[in-house]
Amino acid sequence: MNEIEQTRNPTGNSSNPPLEVHDLTVAYDQKPVLWDIDFELPEGSLTAIIGPNGAGKSTLVKAAMGLIPASSGYTLIYGKPLDKQRHRVAYVPQRESVDWNFPISVMDVVLMGRYPHLRLFQRPGRDDRDVALAALKEMGMEPYHKRQISQLSGGQQQRVFLARALAQDASIYLMDEPLAGVDAATEDVIFQKLKELRDGGKTVVVVHHDLQSVPDNFDRAMLLNLRMIACGPVSEIFTDENLQKTYGGRLNILSQMIEESRQQRFVRESES
Amino acid sequence: MDTLIEFFSLQDPNIRYVLAGTILLGISSGALGCFAILRRRALVGDAVAHSILPGVCLAFIIAGGKDPFMLILGAFVFGLLSMVTMDFISRNSRIAPDASIGMVLSVFFGLGVVLLTFIQTTGYIDQSGLDDFLFGQAASMVGDDVMVFGGLSLLILIVTILVFKELKLVSFDPSYARSIGYPVKRMEFLLALLMVLVITAGIQAVGVVLMASMLIIPAAAARYWTDSLRVMLLIAAGVGAVSGVTGSFISYTAPAMPTGPWMVVSAAFIFFLSFLLAPGRGEIARHIQKRRLSHKVACENILKTLYSMEEEDGRTDRLRPAKELRKRRHLASRRMKKVLSTLLRKGYVTYFRGTPDGYLLTADGRKEAKRLVRVHRLWEQYLSQHLQIAEDHVHEDAESMEHLITSEIEAQLRTSLGSPALDPHKSTIPYDSDEDEPAGGKSGDKHKQGGTP
Amino acid sequence: MITSTAWIIITAILVATSCALVGTFLVLRKMSLMGDAIAHAVLPGIVIAFLLTASRNTFPMLIGAGLFGLLTVWLTEELSKKGRIFHDASMGIVFTTLFAIGVIMISLFAANVDIDQECVLYGEIAYVPWDLWVWRGTNMGPRPVWILGLVLVINVSFITLMYKELKTYSFSPQLAATLGLPVGLIHYGLMGTVSFTTIASFESVGAILVVALLIVPPATAYLLTDRLHRLLLLAVFFGITSAVGGYYMALWINSSIAGAIAVVNGLQFALVFLLAPKYGLLGKKLAGRRIRKSGPEMISHPEPNDVRKSLS
Repeated sequence: MNEIEQTRNPTGNSSNPPLEVHDLTVAYDQKPVLWDIDFELPEGSLTAIIGPNGAGKSTLVKAAMGLIPASSGYTLIYGKPLDKQRHRVAYVPQRESVDWNFPISVMDVVLMGRYPHLRLFQRPGRDDRDVALAALKEMGMEPYHKRQISQLSGGQQQRVFLARALAQDASIYLMDEPLAGVDAATEDVIFQKLKELRDGGKTVVVVHHDLQSVPDNFDRAMLLNLRMIACGPVSEIFTDENLQKTYGGRLNILSQMIEESRQQRFVRESES
Repeated sequence: MDTLIEFFSLQDPNIRYVLAGTILLGISSGALGCFAILRRRALVGDAVAHSILPGVCLAFIIAGGKDPFMLILGAFVFGLLSMVTMDFISRNSRIAPDASIGMVLSVFFGLGVVLLTFIQTTGYIDQSGLDDFLFGQAASMVGDDVMVFGGLSLLILIVTILVFKELKLVSFDPSYARSIGYPVKRMEFLLALLMVLVITAGIQAVGVVLMASMLIIPAAAARYWTDSLRVMLLIAAGVGAVSGVTGSFISYTAPAMPTGPWMVVSAAFIFFLSFLLAPGRGEIARHIQKRRLSHKVACENILKTLYSMEEEDGRTDRLRPAKELRKRRHLASRRMKKVLSTLLRKGYVTYFRGTPDGYLLTADGRKEAKRLVRVHRLWEQYLSQHLQIAEDHVHEDAESMEHLITSEIEAQLRTSLGSPALDPHKSTIPYDSDEDEPAGGKSGDKHKQGGTP
Repeated sequence: MITSTAWIIITAILVATSCALVGTFLVLRKMSLMGDAIAHAVLPGIVIAFLLTASRNTFPMLIGAGLFGLLTVWLTEELSKKGRIFHDASMGIVFTTLFAIGVIMISLFAANVDIDQECVLYGEIAYVPWDLWVWRGTNMGPRPVWILGLVLVINVSFITLMYKELKTYSFSPQLAATLGLPVGLIHYGLMGTVSFTTIASFESVGAILVVALLIVPPATAYLLTDRLHRLLLLAVFFGITSAVGGYYMALWINSSIAGAIAVVNGLQFALVFLLAPKYGLLGKKLAGRRIRKSGPEMISHPEPNDVRKSLS
């Protein structure tokens, strides 16, 4: 499997969309996880990626960032290959992807958002600390900047990750489930921040699990289930037909649980 | 005492070598071990140490004898090879990392044993020293070994200082590091390279099996004392060095004693002390915290009980016997005594003789009790309003939270709820303005609020 | 009369079968290195048993080692929980410390103890035919064969009796707990059998090679099937063939039998890793090509669990 190919290299004029992904296909152990994804997003948009469990939402974000190998496909940032433009994209990983017992402070984590602006061997300076503090303030986390990260609640951890992305001062934000398992107050803060980013002309893409809250909080959505079912303004694509296609008969949480447990290989076998 | 002076006077050049060697080994493996355990690669070192054996044997066969340079080269090559193999297997198959570690460890070692028996049966004369590689022989360290250790420690020191920020990021959040275009694979390879170097050098001192512990134990001990990666590296290096000194000293005073195992045991001893004694994270500190918290919770519960008794009968002058309080809260009588004496000392209750003897809330006590009840009810209200939790479920949650809510959070709760008058069970939420009023009682009973008695 | 060659091969097959059976669950449960830890950590137990009985009698040693095996499992878990450190680091701390204590004990009582760390690390299967069990004057054959036979019987009955429970548990302990299965019993039962298997085996093949037989055949089989019963059978198959193959390889190049068995294990794995139809390197490469060429009709249904596993 190749890394993402950057075959096209058009001149980066300003009319290029901030984020394009083309022909993206990802497969694990012979199973396609994402099939032929193709989309472009306009500047100043706030997009939710939604779909059932295992639809490949996180995989899409990771593969678009080149974090996992793709069978085919490439990503363009403002019309230029990703690798030269990485500093313009702030990626927010899933909260569970790191060890929150790691011996560093909140400030240390947010300062990592400044690393794209630093050279090798160069230490973050005063300016970087100011930027990081400002980012923490925006997320309402400034009083906690000296805390060890293990002392944070789930919602606070998520805010720290967002503050890191803000500190990176990017044009595009790719967030993997930033609203999973956070408290109501944090949810409000995050939704508010996402809108502010969009209004500030940034392009924001959020992997989201809650279908209900999409119409109120996002202007665009991508419906995903291995394939791209639909992508566009929420009002246009949130049709019964599209949702049915995305979620199949599994909209009901209970039936989804049953389906999942049925797929657990060994259990299925033990019942036979 | 004499041996101690003799040992530390460093008269004997042999002692100097052994001591310098073990200290430097302790420093380098301690510091590197921090990255190993934080990146959940603790046992990779064990596998690398075992996998070195075939390299040593091959080098012996090729060189036709014990050429130190060739042996180290062979060890290094196979250490790296094992690292790459483990990584390749877990990257390219469904085999979990732990299984690939175990496979590489045992198969490489098996190959080493085959080669070793081959050497023995072909009758090389000079093969006895090969055992040093397996079981370690710190006492036989000479000047050259110390130079190797010294160079290595210096290298590790320089690298970690130069790329500290990069190593920190890659160890904490590799996917973010990759997303901003860091050469994560190269950083990981650098760490692997350093680790193989330390293991190759260290194996001659502590042996195949115990090398892993010199990577793991000092780092794990250091973790208890600090929340900063920089400090953790320093402490781990220190613990490594101290165990080096201890191991060398014990084996110097009792020459039959092996250095390596004593280094490990002293490191383990320091680990155990850290596990017990470290402030904050240590077992004893946490036990004390737990006791304190549960005592605080018990005190607050009794205050609340007194308050709700006042709420029930509307009387602030009735003595409440300890027995009755105990019945309501199911506290053992010994704990009850402790709780009441704390409350007396804080001036929250007063004790009166009467029929029967009993306790009364003081003004301070009432204020504190009111705060607790308020926080509890505010929290219940918050839970049911914002998280849509059914009202019959909020009580238990609020019960555990009220002891932890600070005045800061309380203020936030009040602003976000707009200082409501009632909680989800329709009980009044008591605020400080009606301070000297005897507990108002349930508003459901239409009791009047805010008047003076 | 059975020849000594036959006794050696029988011993190797018994070890390989026992190890493959329990090893399968270790690999599935992602606890492969527990065998490694136990195999090392039992050293003090063996020394203590030796000191107490003043002989190399097998049964006291088995008991001493067994106690230390379970102690290792227990300490590792307690330390990981109470000390809040990762499971692998906790295991590393426990087993290396116990091994170091064992080595120190050997040096302390060097005059009384006729064992060394080498014998723990390598073992020597070639001596099996001479370690005879004489009962009431009758020669009953090599003692290790009896012990290993007993261990095999225990393992087979444990797995047959608890098959359903072990299957659910090794898939997901949480699921097993929610289904009301006795998770603690299953866990310590499994760890107990691992301890006994390890200890009974390492006398003949040595600590590290027990690890090879515990992990490599199940891991090899894991690349070939998704079904538990086939996984067990294939693991046993790879175990037995490696035992026989290793013996003849050792004979051929005149080397340690145990080492040769591990090498054959490694070769088997390498071969399957390359060629396995579904999970091998070649198979995956071909499949990748197929996916790119064919249309999206290859997509069936999303399988959330598999996807998550591959991502982690």
